[in-house]
This record gives sequence, structure tokens and C-alpha cells, in this order.
Amino acid sequence: MISILAEQIGKSYQHIHALENVSFQVGKGELFGFIGPDGSGKTTLFRILTTLIVPDSGSVTVENLDVLKEYKKLRTMLGYMPGKFSLYPDLTVEENLEFYASIFDTTIQENYHLIRDIYVQIEPFKNRLAGKLSGGMKQKLALSCAMIHKPTVLVLDEPTTGVDAVSRVEFWEMLKKLKSEGVTIVVSTPYMEEAGLCDRVALMQFGKIMKIAPPQQVIDEYRRNLFSVKAENTYKLIEDLQRFPETGSAFPFGQSVHFTPKSPAFFPQMLIDFLLQNDHQNPDVHSIEPGIEDCFMELMTESPDAGDLSKI
Amino acid sequence: MNRFRGFVRKEFHHIFRDKQTLLILFGMPIAQMLIFGFVISNEIRNVGIAVFDQSHDAVTQKITDKILSSGYFLLEYDIHSQNEIGQAFRGGKVKEVIIFAPEFARNLEKTGTANVQIIADASDANLANLITIYTTGIIQDYINKSNAQHSMPMQIVTEVRMLYNEQMKGVFLFVPGIMALILVLISAQMTSISIAREKEMGTMEVLLVSPLKPIQIIIGKVVPYVLLSFINAVTILLLGYFVFGVPVHGSVVLLLAECMLYILLALSLGILISSVTNNQLVAMMISAMALMLPVILLSGFIFPIENMPKILQWLCALMPPKYFITIIKNIMLKNTGLLYVWKETLILCGFTVLFILLSVKKFKIRLE
Repeated sequence: MISILAEQIGKSYQHIHALENVSFQVGKGELFGFIGPDGSGKTTLFRILTTLIVPDSGSVTVENLDVLKEYKKLRTMLGYMPGKFSLYPDLTVEENLEFYASIFDTTIQENYHLIRDIYVQIEPFKNRLAGKLSGGMKQKLALSCAMIHKPTVLVLDEPTTGVDAVSRVEFWEMLKKLKSEGVTIVVSTPYMEEAGLCDRVALMQFGKIMKIAPPQQVIDEYRRNLFSVKAENTYKLIEDLQRFPETGSAFPFGQSVHFTPKSPAFFPQMLIDFLLQNDHQNPDVHSIEPGIEDCFMELMTESPDAGDLSKI
Repeated sequence: MNRFRGFVRKEFHHIFRDKQTLLILFGMPIAQMLIFGFVISNEIRNVGIAVFDQSHDAVTQKITDKILSSGYFLLEYDIHSQNEIGQAFRGGKVKEVIIFAPEFARNLEKTGTANVQIIADASDANLANLITIYTTGIIQDYINKSNAQHSMPMQIVTEVRMLYNEQMKGVFLFVPGIMALILVLISAQMTSISIAREKEMGTMEVLLVSPLKPIQIIIGKVVPYVLLSFINAVTILLLGYFVFGVPVHGSVVLLLAECMLYILLALSLGILISSVTNNQLVAMMISAMALMLPVILLSGFIFPIENMPKILQWLCALMPPKYFITIIKNIMLKNTGLLYVWKETLILCGFTVLFILLSVKKFKIRLE
């Protein structure tokens, strides 16, 4: 069963192509993630899905309803949480929730079971003004508000941006629970580690979808050997790696540098020797398993537009 | 209906949580009313004058006494030379100098004519005009009275009566004017800001992705302000009545109904403004700039429309407050009924319907 069907969507703002030929399908009850850097077109895409803006070309149906022609009916079935904080800061937690329930002609009591798991965490603060909540609690409230009318499709634009690590884990727990209720969830995130929690992910860049696959498959298809390289002076390390003839790619990754060689014939000792020659203390090179981020970095360098990045 | 009620409840929460705005909302009418009522007036009182009496006889003394005892004027200096006249004006306290020619009484006795010169500080043209009229009036009165025993060959006595405002109180004019000003400012500004705020904060995005209809959002925004503005209108009327003694001769019900109509008009104008901008600040500037000046200048509130150039008169015809002020004046001061103001009322209705239709049409069901 298909919940969302998007075909060849295009959208430009003046001379900027926000979206180009974007096509994808999301099944009913699927947790579908959009991963990409800022400005890759995620928000524009989500606004099209939620009937807020009109695409220049292509067609989109959500739950078999056309986002252009049948937007009125569709708007009763959607739950949308914009990237921007979208609650009323001068209303209390409970009043916000009551308001969103009322505009969908329902009550908190009626659908309490849907939001119970999230809402119990913020319920002790229900008389606090929403503007005075912490970042994580704000997002939990926003999610509660987006779900209070039992939407068939839930669209969440970067729901965990600016939320602490613990709350982020909780947040994704909730999404999984919602998914088990049969709600179709489309979520975007700039955090690579969250991609692994989706059923399928679409990697986006420059308004295009570069790949759609289950996260594990994305990782499995990673074609190269990947090494983690560490040295005491990371900055000099990156500089030197760029001069190393065998370097395919080198990206800083936390305290280490993720390195891929050009040829399969590479073995770590070659690099260690090179680094020792260049006055690095205790260099460490070992093979690691790739993550989503490594795959994404690879796709970015492969795509023809990536050349633009170096120009910037 | 449930949706709508929820929306209105939310609007009331916004209004009552924002204490500062609430203070402005209810404080502004009272403050403006008192300021306009007490400060701006066309009546003159205790204007500083100087007298240059070159004759010093019984007649000039009597005329001077009469002028000073009128209550309109206050003697600042006695002047003794021509040079001092300029000095007196430059000092700032003196607004008028009265000069009696030498041999005043004797000339009057012998020839029947005597010269008195009145010099006024016309840097404030209105005031200069008023005080010279008052002064000549007093002098004329003296001459007439002292001539009473000698009968004049011919005499026309004009008797003036100021109908509807016997004491010529400025506040009678200002109460309708302030009502027109405050109701349009508060209503239009508050609604336009409140809609622009939803857009600015991103909550409009969520409201759009909900089954709420545009008309529900618009009316939901308006309802609370209808009530608040109505309270303001009543406050102004009560202040006018109890503090300034402005009567309500006509039907109170009709008066309030006209106020209600005008409030609706102002609110629909506010919604129209908010459909042009996504920004609270811009909404505020538009409603302040675009509304305040025309209402003050082009509504007949301060400057009579009849004296304006034709082009401005046409422009005035486009200003809804003009009609409101006419209606209110008629009802309050002249005790006229709907029969005499139906034309103006109809025009106000027309404006309201036009604004509402435009704003519903311009309301964006999407983000762009």
C-alpha cells in the first residue's frame, strides 16, 4: 500500500532550483527519512507534501489525494511539525494541546492514548508557558500537538534539531511506537546517526535525491575500504593527507579522520610511514566499518555538482 | 463550531496574557481623550498683552480696564516707547500690543474718531486671529455702550446664537474625532499585528495545514477585538459625558450600533493590511502611518473639509472616519435619527463589505 507518491517534482525560487526531478514512494506505516545538509531542499519538499506550497512541475498524492486539488480533505488527515518552533509561547502546554485538538474537532481525552507516552513526560509542566520549556520539551509538545488529531500521515521537519542527545533517543523511540500504530511518518534530519533508525532513507543534496534505500543497504553498498586515522595534530594531519598520493578522500570525523585509499592495494603501514616522515607523533591507522555519514560523503563527492563545493 | 470556539478562546488568551498591550488597549483611549479634551482648545484665556497708551486719559483707561477684566487677557507690560514694542514680542509672553494714539479722548470728543492700533504676534496665526477679533469686539462694545445716550442715525443689531454647542466648546468636536481615531487605530492595528504575528512565528503554517477555513481564521481573529473596541467606544462616550459634559441628545442605541459598524470596518481594514505583509513591524507601521494621519487631517476632525482644495475633498470622501464623525456628531449633538444619517451609514456598510471581501479573497490558503 502506497501512502505518498511523488513523481518528478520540481520547484525553483527565481534562479535557484530548490527541487529537481524528485520522485519517491512511501508505503503505509513506513518510517521514511530524508537526510541531507541544510539547503538541500528538504523543507521545500515537506511543504509541498503538506499542501503548503505548489510545485512547479510533477505530481504528488498523499493517501491517494492530490495535494493541489484535494488539499482541503488532505488537511484533515495530515500532522505537520514545521522545522521552526510553531507553538504559541504565550499559551501553556495544556492550552497549546487543547487548541490544536480543538481546530481538528477533537479533544485531548479522545486521543490521549496516542500521545500518552510523550505527553506524560511534559504533563508535570502542563501549566507552564510553552515559551519557557526547554528545547527537548518544546519538541515533545510540538509532536504531541501534531499527533493529537490522529493523523494518517505525520510529516516532521527536523524534529530533533537543537535537542539534546538523550531527548533525541527518546524522540525516536516515540516515532517507532507511532509507526507501530500504523501512522506513516516522513521525517528529515541533519543527523546521520538518526538515519539508521528509519525503515528507508533518501539522501538529498542540491535539491535532488541521490539514493533511496534501507540504511543498512546504503552502508553495505559502500564500495571502498575505510580507515580511521588518528594523530596528535589533526589539523596538520588533514593537510598532510591531502598531499599523500594514495588518498582517495579524507574527511574529519570527530577526533579522527576517515580516510579512503585510491587503490585496493593500499595497506595501512604505507600511511603510517608517510605520517612518521612528516613528523607526526604516534599515528594510528585502522580499518573500520562505514556508517551512513561515510556513504553520504562518498555520494557527495561522486555527484557531478559536488565540484561546486570545492569552488565555494 | 467547536473549531471556531477553540480559536476564539486562544485569541483571548493571547490578549489577556500580554499585559503591556492590554494597558495600551485600554489606557490609550483614556489618555488621548484627556489630552485632546484638556490641551487642545480654541478658547482663549489669559493671553499676555502689552498696552502702549500715549494718551493716558479717562477713555483709554476705561477701555484698557474693560479689556483686562474680560478674562481673556492678562497685562504683561505697560509700554512707554515705540522701541519697546518689538522687545515685548520677542520676550515671548506678549501676544498682542494695543496702542492708543495721543490725544485719544480729545479726538474722540472733537471729531468723533480716534485711533487705536492692535498688533498681534502672528507666528501663531490662529491665535492672532482670535485675539484681535476679541479685542476689537470689546472696543466696539465700549463705543456702542457709551454712545447709547446719543442715538445713532441707523443701527443694525446682530444677535448670534451658537446652535448645538452654545458655549463653543472644542471638546464637542473632539469626542467624535477621538472616537473615530482610536477605534480605527486600535482595531486595525491590533488585528493586523495579531495575524502578522502568526505568520512571523510560523504558527500560520500549522493553522494552514489544518481543516480551519480562511473565514474561520479571520472571524476568529476579529471577534475578541470587536468586544474590546466596543468597551473602548463606551469608555470614550462615558468620559465625554461625565468629564467634559458632552451630551448624547440622540438615541444611545443607534449611537452604539453605529460605533459597532465602524469597529467592524476598522477590523476588516486591519485584516486587509495583514494580508499585505508577513511582518508585525510592517503591519504596525502601515496601520499607524496609513491610518493615523488621514484620520486626523482628512476626516474633518480638526480641519474643516469645506475649506480644503477640491482634490483633497475628493480624497476625504474616501476616508471612512469622515462619515463616522458626521454620523456621531449628528446623533450626539443634534438628536437626529437614522433618517438623516442613513446615507453615511450605508457608505460605512459598503466599505466594510468591500474590505471583508478583499481580505477573504487575498487570504492565502498556502504559504506563497
